Amino acid sequence: MARAMTITEKILAQAAGLQEVVPGQMITAKVGLVYTMDFQGKAVLGHLKAVGATKVFDRNKVVVIFDHNTPAPNVDYANLQTHVRKLAKEFDLPLYDVGRQGIMHQVVAEEGYLVPGIIAVGTDSHALTGGALGAVVLGMGATDAAMAMATGETWLRVPASVRVELRGTLPKGTMSRDIMAYFLGQKGWDGTKAEWAYQAVELTGTTIHNMSMDSRFALCNMASDAGAKNAIVPPDETTKKYVEGRARSQPLFLHSDEDAEYVEKITLDISKMEPQVACPHSPDNVVPLSKIVGTKISVATVSSCSNGRLEDLHVAAQILKGRKVHPEVRMIVSPASQKIYGEALEDGTLSTLLKAGVLIGHSTCGPCNGGQLVVLGDGEVLIGSVPRNMRGRLGSLNSEIYTANPAVVAASAIRGVISDPKEFL
Amino acid sequence: MVEKNALLRGRAWVCGDSIDAFKILPQTYWGGAKIGILSEQELGKHAMEGVDPNFYSDMKAGKYLFIVAGRNFGGGGKSIEHPIFALKGAGVKAVIAESASRYFFRNAINNGLLVMICNGITKQVLEGHELELDVTNGAVRNVTTGERLQSAPLPEVALEILGTGGYIFYTKKKLAEKKAYENADGMEKE
Repeated sequence: MARAMTITEKILAQAAGLQEVVPGQMITAKVGLVYTMDFQGKAVLGHLKAVGATKVFDRNKVVVIFDHNTPAPNVDYANLQTHVRKLAKEFDLPLYDVGRQGIMHQVVAEEGYLVPGIIAVGTDSHALTGGALGAVVLGMGATDAAMAMATGETWLRVPASVRVELRGTLPKGTMSRDIMAYFLGQKGWDGTKAEWAYQAVELTGTTIHNMSMDSRFALCNMASDAGAKNAIVPPDETTKKYVEGRARSQPLFLHSDEDAEYVEKITLDISKMEPQVACPHSPDNVVPLSKIVGTKISVATVSSCSNGRLEDLHVAAQILKGRKVHPEVRMIVSPASQKIYGEALEDGTLSTLLKAGVLIGHSTCGPCNGGQLVVLGDGEVLIGSVPRNMRGRLGSLNSEIYTANPAVVAASAIRGVISDPKEFL
Repeated sequence: MVEKNALLRGRAWVCGDSIDAFKILPQTYWGGAKIGILSEQELGKHAMEGVDPNFYSDMKAGKYLFIVAGRNFGGGGKSIEHPIFALKGAGVKAVIAESASRYFFRNAINNGLLVMICNGITKQVLEGHELELDVTNGAVRNVTTGERLQSAPLPEVALEILGTGGYIFYTKKKLAEKKAYENADGMEKE
């Protein structure tokens, strides 16, 4: 019998065609999905040509989704996108272009490309988001992605696993991202501390079991910024329900053995956890909300691969319903995909936000990478439901970014200062 | 191309912890929409610009061969490959670091830049020290002081990729082998 393994180890062993794997082992494994976007797409598909490939290993398992700076905000970018379109056509790849676009980590899940039990490779560090579906989803560079597209394989080192067991129900105003923000504060951002670097972070427990898929995506998303190799939520009924009717390939529902080995086991009761805010200029500069309330802000955003999903828009709308954004604050909401945009339009969420004085933007990474929709000038202070807040990320080196959950963002937009959402809920 | 059994010898340029992607190559040179145009020559001119303005000219003058770095070299959570091309363009033959970010390590190996992880390297090597690195077994000898250190040997696959000049060349070779095998297989059946 094979050794007791974690879910990550089982997925890697399966993909490598091995009975078992151990942390540290180098493997060549089959990938079940490779995805890229506008920004990296040119390099990825260029490398694919360079290696002499005329087609990808499986055109149902490779997808291009425009998100980083879409629609093109300038001539250089327009030319880049034209080039990527041409190459995508040449390789006969599905392309989610303007009108069907969305943040790729969301689109691969909602369009059924990402299914439980596979290894997926995305050309962006927040690829870890997809681990919420019980797959091993890895961020990789352009060369890696291109070679995986050509061969259907990649080389990997089996990571050691960390097990995080969460208990309790989140208090009002606290959301799943706060849990990962808390850990980021403890474990360190992709810096010298980064205790979770190169490790698989497995998230379990009753808290997770009761969580929606939207919340699970947000939770896994920010594990990227803790430097983890992958984040993973073992699949359950919620996962199965999400995948049903969407999956474009066969899902595989795997679970960790009870006696599997972990380098670290953490149990955390989150029933008293406050919302967590990352202060300028690092994602691990995290404090509980109560320490920072009252800080003046001028821009508030709900968007991105961490918190631009329907649940996030609902929370913002619940708080802003019948209220107004503070006259000295500009609030911008960008749904994570066209699909979410449509759902929020139909259920009245966008109308509520609009009446409160919110600008509804399109789906793009712009509000988090500074490419479009949100650009900060000197002295501006933003609070946003984005994953990162490094100096100058959204424009001026003299601007400041606080990151928080959408409830805190909406409450702060009403008050004009960082505020506790509890009084509005 | 890094030969499997190579013994590299040269001087070290030394930096501390947390020299991330942004410091190796300032973001202005990532090229925005022009990404995909990865010119080693062009990007090399700006390597380490924010850390040491003389880096490129010193490298070109043949002053150094290695970068010796502290923890989390190449961090910053970026999956882009530009910093690798900048270092190669400047003439860096190998990075020997206390630790390196996952993205940097993969991207470097994939693009033919040698990265070795070596505990204690920054304590044993000062700027300008001459080092000898055994690529296969990871042994590092400080020729200047006589100290010996051991870095983690690279996995076989990484040595193979480096040996062919990078992941694209490696894959090209593998695909050609597969094709030859399939063709031979087909002939037998006929």
